[in-house]
Amino acid sequence: MQAALEISGLKKTYKGGFQALKGIDLQVTQGDFFALLGPNGAGKSTTIGVITSLVNKTEGKVCVFGHDIDSELDKAKSFLGLVPQEFNFNQFEAPMKILVNQAGYYGVDRKVAKQRAEKYLKQLDLWDKHDQPSRNLSGGMKRRLMIARALMHEPKVLILDEPTAGVDIELRRHMWDYLRELNSQGITIILTTHYLEEAEMLCRNIAIIDKGTIVENTDMKTLLSQLHIETFVLDLKPGAAQPQLQDVDHRLLDDHTLEVDIAKSQSVNAVFTQLTEQGIEVQSMRNKANRLEELFVTLVANNDKGAQ
Amino acid sequence: MSFTTTRIALSSILHKEVNRFMRIWVQTLVPPAITISLYFVIFGSLIGKRIGEMGGFDYMSFIVPGLIMMSVITNSYSNVASSFFSAKWQRNVEEMLVAPVPNWVIVAGYVGGGMARGILVGLIVTIVALFFVDIQIHNIWVIIATVMLTSAVFALGGLINAVFAGSFDDISIIPTFVLTPLTYLGGVFYSISLLPEFWQGVSKINPIVYMVNAFRYGFLGISDVSLAVAFSVIGVFIVTLFAIAMYLISRGIGLRS
Repeated sequence: MQAALEISGLKKTYKGGFQALKGIDLQVTQGDFFALLGPNGAGKSTTIGVITSLVNKTEGKVCVFGHDIDSELDKAKSFLGLVPQEFNFNQFEAPMKILVNQAGYYGVDRKVAKQRAEKYLKQLDLWDKHDQPSRNLSGGMKRRLMIARALMHEPKVLILDEPTAGVDIELRRHMWDYLRELNSQGITIILTTHYLEEAEMLCRNIAIIDKGTIVENTDMKTLLSQLHIETFVLDLKPGAAQPQLQDVDHRLLDDHTLEVDIAKSQSVNAVFTQLTEQGIEVQSMRNKANRLEELFVTLVANNDKGAQ
Repeated sequence: MSFTTTRIALSSILHKEVNRFMRIWVQTLVPPAITISLYFVIFGSLIGKRIGEMGGFDYMSFIVPGLIMMSVITNSYSNVASSFFSAKWQRNVEEMLVAPVPNWVIVAGYVGGGMARGILVGLIVTIVALFFVDIQIHNIWVIIATVMLTSAVFALGGLINAVFAGSFDDISIIPTFVLTPLTYLGGVFYSISLLPEFWQGVSKINPIVYMVNAFRYGFLGISDVSLAVAFSVIGVFIVTLFAIAMYLISRGIGLRS
């Protein structure tokens, strides 16, 4: 499979000496749904900025579908669609005009651009606002407008920098469906997000960046398989006896909430068997935390230790 | 980029720019008409009658070209300065930076927008002037060439100002402290031949003197400076400012980190 994006030895030092990227290597294959995760200030937005030529790199190489941004920048740009983190459209212009002008910057004929704008505005439930000043749109609508804008030249790679930040759950799930649909049409999607659940739900491959270096770069399944222990929270029927579990780490948080750590080699059934034998009834059960979140915290913490 | 895609990109920027100042026409097109009407009433009708002739023409006829040119200069400059700075401030300039738009197209698009407003305001002011004076035309081509080139010079100046500007205050400093004094001392209201020889020499450092005089020549057929020198000065300014603007945009100064 052809590489949609290839980054090697990418470094960025800002004026003042802050080194945001310390030599990043990354490869995203065509058709992938790729997550770039990292804490605030890790270098995610700088990486995206370099790819989209909004940030000048200090060192390294970036190729989009084999086109080096140093020698074939215009070609590389034509493959990319960017949905930035901040709202960066003219708040006084109407969505229709924003979209048609954006298409024009890529050389899309005005008549074709108007048809595409109508299509994307309808798909993203913005059509009834197409001629209103965009400052009147809600936060979620503005995010969708930026997605529509990024699609106007029909890019092969769509880069989304925290696209669902500040978006309510229902709308977020609609956006997830829309992004899945785009990906199924063959658009390579690169996503940065703070919502780890989002990465787990959507992405096939993932890179975790921290302090300007990639601390993990693998497929989602392999990453999640690194989790050896999963923590469950069991809600016990009030008035039950204090549970005594063999071979399982457990904690009683209060008189009816039990937390158990179950290794991959162990069976959840064994826990239930022991509880049943002790006459303890379990009313409900849930994961303590998002699995990816646990891994993320571990990897970033390890990187911190390494840095010290 | 092919010729067609470049043409579409340029027309998109021009479309956006013209749409911007037309959308806020009350702020962009009406004030110059009112201001110039006041100039005509005060300097032309009231004070002008006491001044008598200047350069062989009545004072009102003498100042009309200068006042039109003053409007063109101010509006060409401020249109690009405010529009480009707003695009930087709202970060929608990134819409163009992430697209394969050649840098010269960005410069030409904004300068074209500034010229469109400058020339439109010039036309409005000319129409207003017709209520006060009979305008004569000596050479229409000189008028057209001067107004277009001068408009381009100041649109480029506005763009450079906007690139360096860090706040909205920064785009009003140059018009207030540089442009206005140069315009008032640029022979809009008087012939520099009235000045002592030393101050005539000093005045010739002011590029606006050449623009106003070339423009006045187009209307009245009189000028304090040679037409060839005037167009040469304007040409040098256009080439120099275009080169500076291209350098700034291609290096991403104030635009890329």
